Amino acid sequence: MSNTIIVAYDGSAAGRRAVDFAAALVQGAECSLVLLHVLEWSPYSFLTPDEVEERHARRKVELARAESAIVAPIKADLEAAGLKVNAQIRYGNVTDTICEVAQETGARQIVIGRTGQAGVMSRLFGSVAGALAQVAPVPCTIVP
Amino acid sequence: MQTHTSRSASVCRLAAAAAATLFSALPAQASALDETINAVFASTTGWFVNFIFAPLPGTSFPWIVLWLVVGAVVMTLYFGFIQFRVIRHSLQLVRGDFSDPKDAGEVSHFQALATALSGTVGLGNIAGVAVAVSIGGPGATFWMILAGLLGMASKFTECTLGVKYRNEYPDGTVSGGPMYYITKGFAERGIPGGKALAILFAIFCVLGSLGGGNMFQANQAHQQIAGVFGDFPGWITGIIFAVIVFAVIVGGLKSIARVTDKIVPFMGVLYCGTALVIVLMNYDKIGWAFGQIFAGAFTGLGVAGGMVGALIQGFKRAAFSNEAGVGSAAIAHSAVRTKEPITEGFVSLLEPFIDTVVICTMTALVIVITQQLMIDPATGLYIIQDGRIATVGGTSGVGLTSAAFGSAVSWFPYVLAVAVILFAFSTMISWSYYGLKAWTYLFGEGKGQELSFKLLFCLFVVIGAAANLGPVIDFSDAAIFAMAVVNIIGLYMLLPIVKRELESYLSRLRSGEIRKFR
Repeated sequence: MSNTIIVAYDGSAAGRRAVDFAAALVQGAECSLVLLHVLEWSPYSFLTPDEVEERHARRKVELARAESAIVAPIKADLEAAGLKVNAQIRYGNVTDTICEVAQETGARQIVIGRTGQAGVMSRLFGSVAGALAQVAPVPCTIVP
Repeated sequence: MQTHTSRSASVCRLAAAAAATLFSALPAQASALDETINAVFASTTGWFVNFIFAPLPGTSFPWIVLWLVVGAVVMTLYFGFIQFRVIRHSLQLVRGDFSDPKDAGEVSHFQALATALSGTVGLGNIAGVAVAVSIGGPGATFWMILAGLLGMASKFTECTLGVKYRNEYPDGTVSGGPMYYITKGFAERGIPGGKALAILFAIFCVLGSLGGGNMFQANQAHQQIAGVFGDFPGWITGIIFAVIVFAVIVGGLKSIARVTDKIVPFMGVLYCGTALVIVLMNYDKIGWAFGQIFAGAFTGLGVAGGMVGALIQGFKRAAFSNEAGVGSAAIAHSAVRTKEPITEGFVSLLEPFIDTVVICTMTALVIVITQQLMIDPATGLYIIQDGRIATVGGTSGVGLTSAAFGSAVSWFPYVLAVAVILFAFSTMISWSYYGLKAWTYLFGEGKGQELSFKLLFCLFVVIGAAANLGPVIDFSDAAIFAMAVVNIIGLYMLLPIVKRELESYLSRLRSGEIRKFR
């Protein structure tokens, strides 16, 4: 069994608590940490001709922004604390992508914050944490 | 709170009163304005229309229809019935089976197809088909389906070339389409005249975007609105549409386009679903309807021009609806990122199938099966009035489709009115993009050039809504078919390039070098 732990981070306060929790798990143990940020994306949504044309350029901007504003600062914090961090940014359905990465890396555990971008939508359609609790291929810790 | 409510109520009353006076004063002047626009329009575009639809010497067969049929047949044969050989692979591509997960976040094959479809599925499917069956009889449907199946090969060819020869700019944006593949492809093969042909295409594309992609849409949207809410001058609809189009293409109010683009696919499904329900409600007449379609295809059932008349109408309307061979789809597809240009061709060949073989056939079936076309009980032939089949209630164009749906589902004309407006709008937005690409090819990329085209486009919305159906439909057809003339010449010259791409891809697919990701 590999000693990888995945923490999904979306930039929210709950996400930050999840990162801290995962860091505490990894600290001192022979574990590696995957810091995963997923950009919500469906290949089946509908785009206008302009959006199709701009998509490639916009994707670059989105990735750069996710890297600089969300992933890099946390990665720097964790590395400062002496942890080895494998940071990944992916596009896709958030829940599915977290599960995919868990399988690819052979992760032992997934850690995620309970309330990501909470609101009416997640109340109606369920949250990522709720979905993961049901479909995660490995044990999943939901940090309040 | 109280005063606020009463104030807004009085404002509403005032506005209503003002609108009432405005409208009551308008009709006399307005119809005069409509007539003036109409007369000027018909007289200035007549020569162009006459040239494009000139019959072959000694016959009544327009040379342009033959041109389209021959083009589609040649491409179908040259690629060995490509439309039937690769359709399974096309579906796998759309489903994303061959998409590299690393490319997630780029435009998917599904999105490219959906975007291109929302540009082609439009009034051609609703109004155009009604025109075809009312002039050419039910038999036109048979030729329309055949044209749709053949057109899949033309679409495959042009979309492959569109991606292969697009221009990519440092900021990540792309410009592609026939004007680019004609220029670059001809140069690559050492064929002279590419530049001149590309310029000619771009000119026709600008005209086509103002005609079929704009005026025809505005015109039919107005007819439908007037049919539901009572008659009023066309230029009023025109101005309202023009303002909304202006807000989207000039004002950058993308949210409107995004909303309609999201509703349009559902409207398409709702339209087909309702059509299917109506056909099933009349299940006892399905056999008869297909009998009419087949018999009409070869005899014409008394329609003016007989079999040839049905064939001409079927092929014309199919080309106008699915735009195969016209070159517009090549512009839409060229913006998609893919390592293999040919995959875009595989995906695009589904468009004529969905657009013509499925949706157009549905419209035609509903019109035939609800017996909107009047038959003389004595002879069993259609009653002809003014060169077209007499309809129950004397409707034509989108009105005929609306009446056909309304005869089975009483409230559907209202849904159809909304669908027509949305289809018209999304087609206009797509064609404003195609026209713009042709315009910037002619006059160079730049903000000033873009703005001038967009303003011109908005002006033509008003003209289109105000003019009569006859001159508008003639000019729209002529401009779109003129694009096909140039584009198909280009396609003939570049066929070997597509063949090389096709063979290379298929052999790598067979050898397993190109593999599924899931």
